Amino acid sequence: MLLLTCPYCGVSAEETEFHGGGEAHLKRHADGSSDDAFTAYLFERKNPKGIVFERWRHVYGCGKWFHAARCAVTLEVFGTYSAQTLKPPKSIITSIKAKRPDWEEIS
Amino acid sequence: MRKYSAFAIAREAFRHHSGWQRAWRSPEPKKSYQVVIVGAGGHGLATAYYLAKNHGIRDIAVIEKGWLGGGNTGRNTTIIRSNYLQDESAAIYEKARGLYEGLSAELNYNIMFSPRGVMMLAQTEHELRGYHRINQANAIQGVATEMLTPEQVKSKVPIMEINGPRYPVLGALWQARGGTARHDAVAWGYARAASDLGVDIIQQTEVTGITQSGGQVTGVQTTRGDISCKKLGIVVAGHSGVLAEMAGFRLPIESVSLQALVSEPIKPCIDVVVMANTVHGYLSQSDKGELVIGGGADGYNNYTQRGSFHHVEETVRALIETFPIISRLKQLRQWGGIVDMTGDRSPIIGKTPLGGCFINCGWGTGGFKSIPGSGWALAATMASGEPDELAAPFGLERFAEGRFIDESVAAGVAH
Ligand SMILES: Cc1cc2nc3c(=O)[nH]c(=O)nc-3n(C[C@H](O)[C@H](O)[C@H](O)COP(=O)(O)OP(=O)(O)OC[C@H]3O[C@@H](n4cnc5c(N)ncnc54)[C@H](O)[C@@H]3O)c2cc1C
Ligand SMILES: [Zn+2]
Repeated sequence: MLLLTCPYCGVSAEETEFHGGGEAHLKRHADGSSDDAFTAYLFERKNPKGIVFERWRHVYGCGKWFHAARCAVTLEVFGTYSAQTLKPPKSIITSIKAKRPDWEEIS
Repeated sequence: MRKYSAFAIAREAFRHHSGWQRAWRSPEPKKSYQVVIVGAGGHGLATAYYLAKNHGIRDIAVIEKGWLGGGNTGRNTTIIRSNYLQDESAAIYEKARGLYEGLSAELNYNIMFSPRGVMMLAQTEHELRGYHRINQANAIQGVATEMLTPEQVKSKVPIMEINGPRYPVLGALWQARGGTARHDAVAWGYARAASDLGVDIIQQTEVTGITQSGGQVTGVQTTRGDISCKKLGIVVAGHSGVLAEMAGFRLPIESVSLQALVSEPIKPCIDVVVMANTVHGYLSQSDKGELVIGGGADGYNNYTQRGSFHHVEETVRALIETFPIISRLKQLRQWGGIVDMTGDRSPIIGKTPLGGCFINCGWGTGGFKSIPGSGWALAATMASGEPDELAAPFGLERFAEGRFIDESVAAGVAH
């Protein structure tokens, strides 16, 4: 059972209060992009066996979307952060690196 | 390989069982093979077997990081059926189901195929309409299925409460020739037969890298050294994304944990397989008497082989309404497997962006039933280098082309 803290309303709750929304920070390709870029945006996922950055929605709470950094193997949550960012904030990266010095972000 | 038979049992009984051979060899890996398959689950082993048997390619290594059959193949609830919606699916699942019928004899290994009938319950109007549609599609595909009324359901499964109130049974889609098989035996049977044909099965060896040159695969790096190959097959289910990353491409796949549990053994009380997809639960009784219960998949990516507690709670809570007699049973074991989900709930079989590298994945929650057909199709594809007829619709390019094989209803949540 995951425990997540919504960065908007500050509530900490079990995963049943939230809903997962898949990989975060996807670059939206649309008009004018190449077919390959559009396909990648629509379908291809990193799906790493390690740290994931993902979207969550506080469905049974404030209803807002936010982001979380989590390990897909141990389920450790490294932090949650605003959805209004294009990449994970420094504080999150620092807290991951503190525990996983060898970790490298997949581009 | 000495043949298993009633005579062999009698013979061994007279010599203190001293004459049984090892079921498969445990060879040291060679430096190079014509074909390397990564992953000794059912699909990888079946691929190796059919490459050797149907195509005469025997210089093959199957490399497995754990023990063979220890992935999803040894963790699944063993439901076999072929009543999917799309024609492409019907073709490969029905091929697999047909091969299952003769598999014990073919492999000289009792895989305990039990075509006891699979019943998919309709517990909402929407589901009922969905199953009517599948039933009619099946009629055109030549897959024998029929619709059952609630009364027919009750007479086949007397322990079922069909009146709800929360999940009333409105009907069911019935495939009489579906059923179950012994999951370990399927892996073991293919392993034994493949090993006998010369395939090297290398266990406890993890593939850690894929080497390439000029867009063509040249081999794999493993925890026991480098192995070169001309053709590579990636058949690792939940770990497909990890292997694809090594090969330098990405897949439309997300890995999640799907869980199952078994109850303590009880006397025989249900002799068909029942799937209740609305409540994410399905149930059959094993030969040992345990009720084998499949649950839902987690709502987020993970590689835990465990599964969230609330999913199992939901499954059991709902199943108790439909099967009141199970309410006092104790749970014996619970576990999870890492399933590889595609957006259209259909598999990916065929070529990859890396030359000489083939993939078979995306079977998600429902690929035990397809093991023989999928191994057959991937073997043909790898042997000729071009997608075989059964595999062709399932190529990776279908996503870019928008040519989905939508099985989200027929696959239900669970398979
Ligand atoms: C709980 C549960 C219930 C299910 N119920 C059903 C059902 O009722 N009916 C049905 O049809 N299907 C069902 N399925 C789905 C089915 O189990 C799978 O689709 C099928 O077993 C996949 O087989 P596979 O050979 O592709 O994968 P696996 O059996 O998972 O084999 C892949 C192998 O690859 C190995 N591997 C991974 N990475 C590496 C590496 N780097 N190097 C070397 N080896 C590696 C793994 O160790 C593993 O042994 C269920 C699955 C689960 C988890
Ligand atoms: Zn909130």
